[in-house]
Amino acid sequence: MAQPREPLKTTPLNAIHRRLGAKMIDFGGWDMPVQYASLLEEHHAVRQRVGLFDVSHMGEIEIRGFQALDLVNYVTTNDAANLQSGQAQYSGLLYEHGGFVDDILVHKIAADHYFLCVNASNQDKDYAHIAAHNRFEATVENAGVRYAQLAIQGPRALDTLQKLAAIALAPMHYYHFVDSTVSGAPARIARTGYTGEDGFEIYISSADAVRLWDEILAAGAEFGIKPCGLGARNTLRLEAAMALYDHEIHASITPWEANLGWIVKMNKGDFIGRDALDRQKQRGITRSLVGFEMSGRGIGRDGYEVCMEGRGTGWVASGGPSPTLGKNIGLCYLPCADAAPGRKIQVMVRGVAVDALTVSTPFYKRTK
Amino acid sequence: MDPENLRYTKEHEWVRVEGDIGIIGITFHAQKELGDIVYVDLPKVGTSTQQGKTVGSVESVKAVSDLYTPVSGEVVEINPLLAESPEILNTDPYGSGWLVKIKLSDPGEAGKLLTAAEYQAYTGTESP
Repeated sequence: MAQPREPLKTTPLNAIHRRLGAKMIDFGGWDMPVQYASLLEEHHAVRQRVGLFDVSHMGEIEIRGFQALDLVNYVTTNDAANLQSGQAQYSGLLYEHGGFVDDILVHKIAADHYFLCVNASNQDKDYAHIAAHNRFEATVENAGVRYAQLAIQGPRALDTLQKLAAIALAPMHYYHFVDSTVSGAPARIARTGYTGEDGFEIYISSADAVRLWDEILAAGAEFGIKPCGLGARNTLRLEAAMALYDHEIHASITPWEANLGWIVKMNKGDFIGRDALDRQKQRGITRSLVGFEMSGRGIGRDGYEVCMEGRGTGWVASGGPSPTLGKNIGLCYLPCADAAPGRKIQVMVRGVAVDALTVSTPFYKRTK
Repeated sequence: MDPENLRYTKEHEWVRVEGDIGIIGITFHAQKELGDIVYVDLPKVGTSTQQGKTVGSVESVKAVSDLYTPVSGEVVEINPLLAESPEILNTDPYGSGWLVKIKLSDPGEAGKLLTAAEYQAYTGTESP
């Protein structure tokens, strides 16, 4: 029996996307633009110039109180005690068994206030998970509806946003943020992104989203800015080998397996999932994420089986064409012994074994 | 926009009959739905196939779409341009972006497919 479907959620920019002729898709329950005119042109705009993304579907969770840090550090894998105010870090939310609830960005606003950016389709789950483990003097707010989020990404992102921002952006370091204004509207301006390029993500009031979207497009016109959809966002992040929830990471994958050991600080004190990670490390990790490039004709895509010497050994977490490299690339899970660059593998492309080679990642790294 | 002299399928292929040869391709609607096409997998010359059978695939950056032949027969030619320039499926789906030529084993088949008007009515009302 078909379940009655809930109506799709929309961002404040939904009417704008439709007016721009975007192809809209259901992305985790959100009605989002996958592309406007051409995914490839949008991808290249971000690599060569600048692109603007509506990422208002992303969730925000605010943690406040004098034990805010204790709660953040208990539910995340990275060490938020290392953050200065105005600094952000990539981190993980884990279950007790060590699998991912989500991957998130933790922003330290003040000693008693942390701001989490979480994945759109996970925000209610994340909120419930954090609230359920809140045995501290801290409050947890599921704040997604208050915020819109825009990503301005690419080598001319700074030039574009600087025309509207009240503060000097050039001195801002990667993974730092400032509460300031953009075209007079309050904005949390973070030098973060999901594309492998320089750029900014701004958190603004939903009420300001339409005006700022138009003003950023106008400010970037001289640099060749393009509105970009989730399709380009995915090809850009894959080239940068950044994880996507439900692909590289999910409830049955641990940070060790996903090559995300660098966001796990085992010595920071207890946190949810720590014991399971400790046990897995003692026992030994059996599978690991590794990049691949197709050498035969064919595109290895999400979920395809990976074989070595005719035997199934793993699966493609994410795969597709790389517009920047002009190759077909992907990330796959293989037994640890084989998850090293230079191994010959085959990807089963609709019943046909197509040759591929494991490679080191990221596939693309910008020149600074 | 969809040429009057072609016949169409609900799977968004077209066929143009020239004598005992059927030239097949995908429709403007199909390429628009797929987006930027980056790879085309076609059958080998000499392959025998039946109407409605999968004969290859068309891939955009985002997605794979199976290619079903609208007519039965033997593949006698494949478009040599598509290996290097699959994007012509986006720019010229009814012309230089043709896919394969099939020697028809049942010349009556094509006449039973959708006309341009019927196909337009179908794509106009198709649920997304």
